[in-house]
Amino acid sequence: MSLITLSAADLAAKLQSGEVSSVEATQAHLDRIAAVDGDVHAFLHVNSAALEAAATVDAQRAAGEKLGPLAGVPIAIKDVLCTIGMPSTAGSKILEGWIPPYDATPVALLRAAGLIPLGKTNMDEFAMGSSTEHSAYGPTRNPWDFDRIPGGSGGGSAAALAAFEAPLALGSDTGGSIRQPGAVTGTVGVKPTYGGVSRYGAIALASSLDQVGPVTRTVLDAGLLHDVIGKYDPRDSTSLKDAWPSFADAAREGARAESLKGLRIGVVKELDSPGFQPGVTQRFHEAIELLTSAGAEIVEVSAPHFEYAVAAYYVILPAEASSNLAKFDSVRFGMRAKVSGTVEDVMAATREAGFGPEVKRRIILGTYALSAGYYDAYYGSAQKVRTLIQRDFASAFEKADVLISPSAPTTAFKFGEKIDDPLAMYLNDVTTIPANLAGVPGMSLPIGLAPEDGLPVGFQIMAPAREDARLYALGATLERLLEEKWGRTLISQAPAL
Amino acid sequence: MSEITTDVVSHLANLARIALTPEEIEKLTGELGAIVDSVAKVSEVATPDVPATSHPIPLVNIFRPDVPGKTLTTEEALAGAPEHDGSRFKVSAILGEEQ
Repeated sequence: MSLITLSAADLAAKLQSGEVSSVEATQAHLDRIAAVDGDVHAFLHVNSAALEAAATVDAQRAAGEKLGPLAGVPIAIKDVLCTIGMPSTAGSKILEGWIPPYDATPVALLRAAGLIPLGKTNMDEFAMGSSTEHSAYGPTRNPWDFDRIPGGSGGGSAAALAAFEAPLALGSDTGGSIRQPGAVTGTVGVKPTYGGVSRYGAIALASSLDQVGPVTRTVLDAGLLHDVIGKYDPRDSTSLKDAWPSFADAAREGARAESLKGLRIGVVKELDSPGFQPGVTQRFHEAIELLTSAGAEIVEVSAPHFEYAVAAYYVILPAEASSNLAKFDSVRFGMRAKVSGTVEDVMAATREAGFGPEVKRRIILGTYALSAGYYDAYYGSAQKVRTLIQRDFASAFEKADVLISPSAPTTAFKFGEKIDDPLAMYLNDVTTIPANLAGVPGMSLPIGLAPEDGLPVGFQIMAPAREDARLYALGATLERLLEEKWGRTLISQAPAL
Repeated sequence: MSEITTDVVSHLANLARIALTPEEIEKLTGELGAIVDSVAKVSEVATPDVPATSHPIPLVNIFRPDVPGKTLTTEEALAGAPEHDGSRFKVSAILGEEQ
């Protein structure tokens, strides 16, 4: 058990000291996957070349080569990211078996830093969903309770972490797909500032919202991974050229901080539990008390336009998705339906057979929102709401250095609970969507188990654009305060499986 | 109430090149009606004085020098295609017979 329950930082230290080899660490995780993934179903594909990659890193280390801090540490990769040598389906039948001819930039950066890809993780089809129930390959089960969803769209990555099948994972977050799975599985997830991580090779959902980021069990691990993937990339025209500080250092400083004196923490009134699950509200307010006792100044801030965020998001996302998914035309990659007729007949039959119900729903909705006569009323208005939400953030950040809220309105819900009611599923993202619309960074970290169901509750921290380091500093302080209070980590209470 | 009818959904499906079944069109008509009614609230606050934001972080166009770089080989580009002839993607007729 010990190799798989270590944090990535601790495992990296053992690799550096020579106490453990990368082959041993990788094998331990492959064994764990073989033992539990039949139940969890976090992985769509396990990398048959993982041990070979691990042996290469071990040989480099033995030869005295200079290696990055996470060299030799295994990592799981959300199936939305293109990977040479491994199928990349984005959870869709239309891409079944497709092996990309190139690596997504975050994947290329991982490989260059010596991390070992363990495989590809399950997700809602094309990242459309909050439960992984929309995966064409069947849902992932929450390691805390197999009758419940692991969140979505990145439920596979989060469940892999919570089930100790991987010490690190990559996710993508368009409206909460990293943070909400983190919240409901008791793990840590970060959506960086828009442009902070390259989107090149991430199969696009909504290009003005998508962001790749870390999925981990500790705040420090997220910082270490963010340091690897947060690089300028000329192949993504939205990639930022900022010289980022070390987020791992920010986390280490936060973990050491004696006091939070001088830090202004804004509680977003509109996200402070309007109709949220009582246990979520309770743990959120307890965490606020803990931060207050550590010297932080708590201020209430109002973001009056956040109530329009979900509506704006479900116009912008389908509109951009309907355009992005036009590339699945049965010509250059993916499946082709075996029907006769013109190329358009084949295309329409392929898309009918290859896309699942949620993808069709959003493509049709997006096509409607962009069609002549409706464009101004829907897409145009939604873009104006985006401006109003950015203004809400700007005025809130005049009063506070960071903003906080619960990461999700409830703990993990049961399979089937919202699958037949798209609107109920969409409202689940109310806490996470504003950060995507404004491009600001957000983190979710676990703050306890809800008393009524014993399931993890997530705490969201948001910072101004480009100030991702503030998430790591405060996140690491709160993580340490909680662990001092509990005498253990939250994830150590996860079922053994 | 929204103006989503089965005819509208049929037309949208045609624009989006998805050969939806009549059952899917029927189901989507009801669902889309409810979703459209719900998202229509964006127009409540989208007054003419508010500028639109298309992109969260302001950026200008990014240019690079127009010089040849490394690209995929023909084999790599065709490797994932449902059908090809070794140098080109293969598709069925672009135009119908009567055209």
